[in-house]
Amino acid sequence: MLCQECQKRVATVHLTRIINGEYTEQHLCEQCAKNKGEFDFSHNPFSLQSLLTGLMNVDSQTLMGFTPKKLQCNNCGLTYAQFGQIGRFGCSECYQAFGERLVPILRRIHGSTQHVGSEPRRAGGAVKLRRNIEELKQQLQRLVEEEKFEQAAVVRDQIKKLESRATDGGKKDV
Amino acid sequence: MFNGKKVKTSKWMSSAGPDGEIVLSSRIRLARNIKGLPFPYLASDSQTEEVKKQVYAIYQDKALSQQFGNMSFLSMHKLSPLERQVLVEKHLISPMLVKENHNAAVLLSDDEAVSIMINEEDHIRIQCLLPGLQLEQALAEANRYDELLEEKLDYAYDERWGYLTVCPTNVGTGLRASVMVHLPALSITKQINRVLSAIAQVGLAVRGLYGEGSEITGNLVQISNQITLGQSEEEIVKNLFGVTRQIVEQEAQARQVLLNEGRDRIADRVNRAFGVLTHAWLLSSQEAMQLLSEVHLGIDLGLIKEIKGEVIKELMVLQRPANLQLMAGQSLDAFERDRIRARLFRERLAQ
Ligand SMILES: [Zn+2]
Ligand SMILES: [Zn+2]
Repeated sequence: MLCQECQKRVATVHLTRIINGEYTEQHLCEQCAKNKGEFDFSHNPFSLQSLLTGLMNVDSQTLMGFTPKKLQCNNCGLTYAQFGQIGRFGCSECYQAFGERLVPILRRIHGSTQHVGSEPRRAGGAVKLRRNIEELKQQLQRLVEEEKFEQAAVVRDQIKKLESRATDGGKKDV
Repeated sequence: MFNGKKVKTSKWMSSAGPDGEIVLSSRIRLARNIKGLPFPYLASDSQTEEVKKQVYAIYQDKALSQQFGNMSFLSMHKLSPLERQVLVEKHLISPMLVKENHNAAVLLSDDEAVSIMINEEDHIRIQCLLPGLQLEQALAEANRYDELLEEKLDYAYDERWGYLTVCPTNVGTGLRASVMVHLPALSITKQINRVLSAIAQVGLAVRGLYGEGSEITGNLVQISNQITLGQSEEEIVKNLFGVTRQIVEQEAQARQVLLNEGRDRIADRVNRAFGVLTHAWLLSSQEAMQLLSEVHLGIDLGLIKEIKGEVIKELMVLQRPANLQLMAGQSLDAFERDRIRARLFRERLAQ
């Protein structure tokens, strides 16, 4: 959702106010909320917008010369630059199109880069699950060799979770 | 005076549920999208119509009613603005569903516990809303609908990223779990800010219902998870449940302190609120929410015995502008609403 005030940045501050007896919902970006002095109660640990732009700047510097002119999703037409501006994907294929660039962004937002929850039955579980576990094990080994123990611990926990799911047959266990 | 429609009582308003004195409701929301179709904000009318058609076909299929009983399929553009706003005020749909676009719709269960929003931010959002602290139950219920939809819809899913969503903050499980808690004693004893910032520090989001000034109107706070990737649905729900239980404990302790250290003072306060609520002639929504909060506390503490907490919980919704106008059968300006609102309380709370 875009900020109602500037229509540019992603709204991360959501307020329900009562003005003249009317409930109104306000959706503002962090900056506009600050400008309006309405930031005292929202405990947003990060601003998605500044996070995205921050990461993308780093990205474009380090990858200069390697980056194709226009990284774009063929399915919906959204460019990576637009994604950075609005903080939203255009369709499910964008995830594939933007590929590895999403890794640092999603890690910053969620502290993880591997889904461990339920999956649709038709995604057809068990085989893929094992492949995922294998990949993570290799990643774990690399991290240990590089002495990145904190990250390694996270990956190790993910492997545990996936392994317990593999023994459940990959089904929802609620 | 109330010649309009009767507002149907949603499941979450109809009873207290576990820990219902402090936890008014529990909500689970699953974000789902259809593979390949542009997300609603980017989609053409015919593309959003395609989403709506696919869900409509499920609605018409016998399997749905066999498993879940009667449901209603409501197209937003066929409802009046007032009827839509009533659904928002009852928390059955999001404000965004009303705003977004032409092909927005909701599939609503008969008891109004489950609403499946179509063409909201994501193509599909499955919501289950239950009274009291019932996160696991709400998740189980939402999952049952999710499994049925998944048989017919080609969900956007990726082995690594999980369920693919419009916003990167929802990707993975697509799960947002939340509770609405009523914390009058923590507020009166001035501990609420400490408690809320502690919640924010463990990675949960806190939202208050704002009044003018920075008071939290009605002492109502919503707490929800922020992380959706790298944790399973069960972990997310367990974590929120644990934190909510701690808040319930703290509020309960604060209530005990109020009773032990000033029983007459708190009895005076809540009964005064009850007096105003049952005798006032004009009441703004904000004042009403504050009074309802204090009366709810009075009921919880056994200081007001004439009415039940659920009645107050329902009135918190019915007193909102769209609900009032639907019941009155006409549109009302702010002054008229204050008058009708006061009358609603006098009628509902009179013995
Ligand atoms: Zn803004
Ligand atoms: Zn795309």
